[in-house]
Amino acid sequence: MVVFEKPKALTDAPLHYCPGCTHGIIHRLVAEAIDELGIQGKTIGVASVGCSVFTYNYFNCDMVQAAHGRAPAVATGVKRSDKNNIVFTYQGDGDLAAIGTAETVHSAARGENITVIFVNNAIYGMTGGQMAPTTLPGQVTQTSPYGRDTEAVGFPVKVCEMLSKVDGATYLERVAVNNVANVKKAKKAIKKAFQNQIEGKGFSLVEVLSTCPTNWGMAPDKSLKWLEENMIPYYPLGVYKDKFAKEEE
Amino acid sequence: MTTQILIAGFGGQGILFSGKFLAYEGLIEDKNVSWLPSYGPEMRGGTASCSVILSNEKIGSPIIDKPDVLVAMNLPSLDKYEDSTIENGHIFVDSSLISREVKRTDVNVHYIPATKMASDEGLTGLANMILVGYIIKKTGVISIENLEAGLKKVVSARKQDLFDLNKKAIELGYNYEK
Amino acid sequence: MSEKVLMKGNEALAEAAIMAGCHHYFGYPITPQTEVAAYMAKRMPKIDGGVFLQAESEIAAINMVIGVAATGKRVMTSSSSPGISLKSEGLSYLAGCDLPALVVNVQRGGPGLGGIQPSQSDYFQATRGAGHGDFHTLVLAPNSVQEMVDMVFKGFDLAEKYRIPAMILSDGTMGQMMEPVSLDMGEIKEYDKSWALTGTKGERKPNIVNSLFLEASELEKFNFERFERYKQIEENEAMYEEYRMEDAEICVVAFGVASRVSQNAIDEARKQGIKVGMIRPITLWPFPKKVLNAAADKVKAFISVELSMGQMIEDIELAIRCKKPVELCNRVGGMIPSTAEVLEKIKEVNGGVK
Repeated sequence: MVVFEKPKALTDAPLHYCPGCTHGIIHRLVAEAIDELGIQGKTIGVASVGCSVFTYNYFNCDMVQAAHGRAPAVATGVKRSDKNNIVFTYQGDGDLAAIGTAETVHSAARGENITVIFVNNAIYGMTGGQMAPTTLPGQVTQTSPYGRDTEAVGFPVKVCEMLSKVDGATYLERVAVNNVANVKKAKKAIKKAFQNQIEGKGFSLVEVLSTCPTNWGMAPDKSLKWLEENMIPYYPLGVYKDKFAKEEE
Repeated sequence: MTTQILIAGFGGQGILFSGKFLAYEGLIEDKNVSWLPSYGPEMRGGTASCSVILSNEKIGSPIIDKPDVLVAMNLPSLDKYEDSTIENGHIFVDSSLISREVKRTDVNVHYIPATKMASDEGLTGLANMILVGYIIKKTGVISIENLEAGLKKVVSARKQDLFDLNKKAIELGYNYEK
Repeated sequence: MSEKVLMKGNEALAEAAIMAGCHHYFGYPITPQTEVAAYMAKRMPKIDGGVFLQAESEIAAINMVIGVAATGKRVMTSSSSPGISLKSEGLSYLAGCDLPALVVNVQRGGPGLGGIQPSQSDYFQATRGAGHGDFHTLVLAPNSVQEMVDMVFKGFDLAEKYRIPAMILSDGTMGQMMEPVSLDMGEIKEYDKSWALTGTKGERKPNIVNSLFLEASELEKFNFERFERYKQIEENEAMYEEYRMEDAEICVVAFGVASRVSQNAIDEARKQGIKVGMIRPITLWPFPKKVLNAAADKVKAFISVELSMGQMIEDIELAIRCKKPVELCNRVGGMIPSTAEVLEKIKEVNGGVK
């Protein structure tokens, strides 16, 4: 008999996320990976700015809260202080792909041996639904009320595609948490991203396509459908880079 | 007793190095010393200068407004600092690079064709140290006795040939007679 | 290592940091502090566990500092004025997270890109807490190469003692000049670091390093607590040096290179029979208010000698409660007041107070 249990790497603090938000699922996947790899005691997480700002209350390990976009730089410091630390960042799209682009690209270029969990829900959630670097063309947000006009504000940033050209990056995969099959794949990817770090393989980033029912203005079930029909075509799922893939085959 | 030495010339003439040697000599003689270079883009080819102060008292400003000893290794440096040299001070001129004479009549002027001497004696690039030798002779600001001890501080022990060349240059300057 | 060696200020500072147990350095090139980074690049790889990393930006560098500081280890970054502006975000987070770290500002002229020659025009930025929010950085102002070394040691010690970021406010002159220096610094004190992120090892509750408190009353509580510590610092840690103040009627106030020039001018003025001395703040925050206020009851006037348009002068006026006139003697943009200029000001003030 399997009894449902909360992962040890999560605290008892109730999550503050909106109903239907998939952050909770992603938190659980990260915690399960930490549990299964038995690294809770040496894991140090870096919280970012955005909806995931309070992750330091949820992950049951040492945590540091970073300024907006700076999580990979802070993680670099934590990791370089002691290479035995297992260091991860948990960042949203605004944090990682707009204000923190330089930190993202350069930590990848240096091949920093850290794990980056990148939650892409195509919107700024914490501040109430503004256009993100990953907001889709035509998507309506508070600061793109007539839909994202690519003529005026340009195109979304495809992080995995961009980083796949960075020599220093080790492992890049885009997953989604819109259905059970995809959640399972996401779990596998996240665990691998931690496993890579344990093995000293370098920079691993998992981009997780996620929903924001509140700011998208949709019911949770509709959000999952919208993700599938709109985000996945624009941000195709899959492995974008795996430096050690051949070795493992 | 405080001696303020301003060495000035082009970047690449060893201005800072000769200043460093003088500062170390001062240190060996238990004096208070300071060494201040001009810095910035001018280090690359333009005028460079180095302020060295040797004193028995606590040194105030490391910046030299009125040098007791001016060492001019190019014309722009002589033009720039001649007037500020203190009355009864010393001006050393590398006469192989500066054709004009010092206009001041209230200072001790010492001409030495250091750059020519250096190339004649196979000491290219060591005109600075020839000048240093001449300064030691004419001002007595430091003693010639500690020459080797000071050189050891500024020339790596692994570069014996450089040590010998520098020593030769200083002695050449020290023994220079017109 | 008590034998004195000649070292450049920037290099002496870097070596002192290593000797003080700082084995992590993050920086970005900017004149006139680049020697610090270059020195660290050379030395750190030769130290067991030593890390030198040239960051992609000043902002990244200070955040890497935050990362190491959060693990409880000694860490340093250095820059010059425009770079410190970029680092000010990180300074605010260091203060908000109560993390010790050492930040060095080898100042150059500003505003904007300014110049590369010496300046003291980042005085306000340094002493008022460079960044958003209510906070202070401990600010140390060396005026010799030896003090560059001593202040590194002091800076790390006080930063850990009070869990605040410390800053060395230097300038191009201090960084570039060579003077004899002893690197003998005595023992490193150990402070409680149970707050540090070292991994729980399954033996304790997680530590959290954080500056976010959405509950206003909670954030207020932390601010109050922090300012209690600041009060202790102001009470106990103000440092200064007096020069020829015994019978002084005029008090020059100057720090860093300005104090060196002022020393010459004071000696010259004394020869001419003018009773002038100097109080040199060594800590700029905490500012040595008490000694200045006491001096205000004895002297007729103050002169603030600065390489700025007059920033420290405001702290002097506040410290002495405007009891006596404070005159400004300054040069800016990378210019340094000459001994003659300071002497002239002393004479002028002396004439005015007779």
